[in-house]
Amino acid sequence: MAGIAAGGGRRSPVAPYLLVAPGVLWLLAFYVVPTVTLARTSFGPADAAWYDGYQRAFTVYGVHLGRSFGYALAATLVCVLLGYPLAYAIAFRAGKYKNFLLGLVILPFFTTFLVRTFAWKTILNDGGIVVQVLGTIGMLPEEGRLLNTVWAVIGGLSYNFLPFMILPIYVSLEKIDRKLTEAANDLYCNAGQAFRKVVLPLSMPGVLAGSLLTFIPATGDFINAELLGSPNQKMLGSVIQGQFLQVRDYSLAASLSFVLMVIITIMVLLYARALGTEDLA
Amino acid sequence: MARGGPVGSRWTGRLLDLYAGLVLLYLFLPIFVIVSYSFNKPAGKFNFVWKSFSLDAWRDPFLYPALVDAMKMSLKVAAVSTSVSVVFGSLIALALCRYTWKGAGPINLLLVLPLTTPEVVLGSSLLSLFLQVNAPTGFWTVVIAHIMFSVSYVALTVKARIRGFDWTLEEAAMDLGAPPFRTVLKVTLPLIAPGIAAAGMLSFALSLDDFIITLFNAGNQVTYPLYVYGARRAAFPPQINVLATTILVGSLILLGITVLWQNRTMKEAMTK
Repeated sequence: MAGIAAGGGRRSPVAPYLLVAPGVLWLLAFYVVPTVTLARTSFGPADAAWYDGYQRAFTVYGVHLGRSFGYALAATLVCVLLGYPLAYAIAFRAGKYKNFLLGLVILPFFTTFLVRTFAWKTILNDGGIVVQVLGTIGMLPEEGRLLNTVWAVIGGLSYNFLPFMILPIYVSLEKIDRKLTEAANDLYCNAGQAFRKVVLPLSMPGVLAGSLLTFIPATGDFINAELLGSPNQKMLGSVIQGQFLQVRDYSLAASLSFVLMVIITIMVLLYARALGTEDLA
Repeated sequence: MARGGPVGSRWTGRLLDLYAGLVLLYLFLPIFVIVSYSFNKPAGKFNFVWKSFSLDAWRDPFLYPALVDAMKMSLKVAAVSTSVSVVFGSLIALALCRYTWKGAGPINLLLVLPLTTPEVVLGSSLLSLFLQVNAPTGFWTVVIAHIMFSVSYVALTVKARIRGFDWTLEEAAMDLGAPPFRTVLKVTLPLIAPGIAAAGMLSFALSLDDFIITLFNAGNQVTYPLYVYGARRAAFPPQINVLATTILVGSLILLGITVLWQNRTMKEAMTK
């Protein structure tokens, strides 16, 4: 931010407006306006009650809605548990290999999302090594398999959104002044206390950002549920997609989509307030 | 004593390293599968179970015309949408970094909003707009959608890269008599070029990989991810893995080149 001040922060009445015009107009036309049309579509054709789509959304598809949020929440938790220690190890223990390890974290995501998820189908296959090993140590879920179970779906969701958790946590850990942890040690904190009282609170903005970046796409995702789960794991995204593209019940589909958006917006705001980070932008 | 972060005994440290290593391994597991299964000779139409080693798919990567067409379509969409979104996004980033003005706050919010909206909602809202105005979905609607979500990423990436720059260099050039157009060409562009290149690569990669938004707005057009999605029903040939591996290696090389280039520009900027 200092750079802007140093650069003089020119005050020109028109120039910035002209510069942003094309991009902003595009976002208004193809992000803001569509949100309005989505709302209008959700209120349905003139011959039905305006709330008809919403009524069916909650009565028929309430279970899918709940499932989407449940799975996304579980995946977000798994991502924190997997991602935080890795981000911590890279930030505090990797030394000169930091950038290399960060590169390794991102590298798998240069392959196509769908192909990656199909690869999990191979890994979790009934005859595969993973199922055999878990079977031998008696840790298979009661279905006797992994594919087409809730575990595979949550696993797939966690896998696909894990980098979105690791990178923000890493950034917030990296910013922590090393003098603070030294000070904690000097004041006779043991390692556990220093972590709980200094590092963890200071890295919460990263955990918050990472959780949102994981949770939001996970609620809307339906690829993991479709490829790794059975119809019993069908998520809201599948329903929206099917209603929009196959059934063409537009008012129901738009209602579901709008409900998803509103709930997520509310959750994001509450979450941000609870953790005291109001400036998400 | 452990350097830096508070880690208890040496054993806690070792355990942490081990755990982190296992998570990294988990991240790479599907990649090993994708690459090695490109050398598989599957028993049936579906390349999901290992049968025997073969170079067939690598020898004949273009065996399936529909897959090749889908890849071409993806590259075309990515090229068009990236070139537009790079211009739009960079201009927004410039406006946000160079000027102090009232619009900056709302525009930052407008940029972040699409990133906090699930893709299903983005895709379905756009489709509801296209339905409303009776626009047939196809190549151009996909391009419109990809530009929409890329603009935010480009603007935020370029903004992050150029935030600390010393804009007085531009004034210096103009004081020395350079006309505004030359100043932009000789001073501004070289300064922000690495940021734009990084944003362009990100935008290209996102476009190539996008599935959900594309599914809603593609009509009967098929991109590479849409082809892979359809392949779960008809046939999943190892050629899909060959392409995925090629994209992986290609992006690695590109990434290497930009990192080297950025390091060089950074060094030049520092020494000047």
